[in-house]
Amino acid sequence: MRADTTSATVARRLPPVAELAVGSLALIVVGGIYLAAHIPGPVSLVPAIVLWALAAALLLVNAALLSRLSGFAWGRFRQVGGWALLAYAISAGMLEYVFVIDRVPARELVWLSLMLVVYAVDIPLILAFSVARYQSSD
Amino acid sequence: MTAADHAISGWGRLWRCSLVSSVTETVPAQSRAHGAEGGRPAIQVVPLRGLPIVAVVLALLVVAIAGNWLWALDFFHVVGGGLWTAIDLFVGLVLGPILGRLSIPARAEFSARFMPKMVLIMPTLVTMTLGSGFQLARHLGNLDAGAAMHGWLVASFIVVGVMAVIALGILEPANIAVLFEMKKPHPDGAIIARLMKRFIYTAGVTGVMQVATLVIMTRLAT
Repeated sequence: MRADTTSATVARRLPPVAELAVGSLALIVVGGIYLAAHIPGPVSLVPAIVLWALAAALLLVNAALLSRLSGFAWGRFRQVGGWALLAYAISAGMLEYVFVIDRVPARELVWLSLMLVVYAVDIPLILAFSVARYQSSD
Repeated sequence: MTAADHAISGWGRLWRCSLVSSVTETVPAQSRAHGAEGGRPAIQVVPLRGLPIVAVVLALLVVAIAGNWLWALDFFHVVGGGLWTAIDLFVGLVLGPILGRLSIPARAEFSARFMPKMVLIMPTLVTMTLGSGFQLARHLGNLDAGAAMHGWLVASFIVVGVMAVIALGILEPANIAVLFEMKKPHPDGAIIARLMKRFIYTAGVTGVMQVATLVIMTRLAT
């Protein structure tokens, strides 16, 4: 009986939330590398903005997909996601701190900060979804 | 990306060696036969007693960055990077194969006690290495696009970026999900096997990235 339940958990098709979040994370990483490779010198922000916009769009798609999900282990999702969010907020905060300490120019700092926000949300989302998808629904 | 790369390739290789065969084939059977109390060690996904140590290390890192203290930045970067790579390679090349030859209960017990500690150790080392490394690059002038070593620095960004996406997006979620699965009274071998396949798929890439890191860092230091 239990084996049937867990097999069903494995077999159940869920929206590609983790995959989209990994895509979003990859875009943020590329954008971050682009900016970090150019600062403190002059840099065109267009590539960074486009990458951020695409990453944010994937994040929004994920939010929409999750909002339609029923029969999901939301309790576990919130538990893992909450703690991971705390951990990655600290991580992102440290990066932000380094950027501020280093006096990154204001325009670049804005986009780096926005990238950090997506980064700090993407990873907890991946972790929480990856754990909760294999747990019994609430 | 700081705090990236939480799940490192050697870690993955260890998981693969120790758990894919053991847990997927035996733990469910044992569990069904004996239940959760059947001798499996309890798993704490995040060892709470280690958190104060992590907090102290991160606080010292912040102080080093705030003071732009060259010796401290060098210390954090060399110690963190050395331990990161050494643990990764040692676990993957030495410990993993040894573990693979142990009895299945020994493998499962070792992994259940070892892996949660890695959940704290590796992110801390990575944060130490990358946080101090970025500041060190700025201090030494290598962030400047005109610097002689700037190209190598950008190469290191790319290597870290690739490892970050693999580790944060693929490996770490698998590790955490497996730990949660192993906490269950009746772990499902099919789920664990499915998650562990990720390590097999990514092992080659992460191995190449580690070697690239060694080449780039020694080149930068020369």
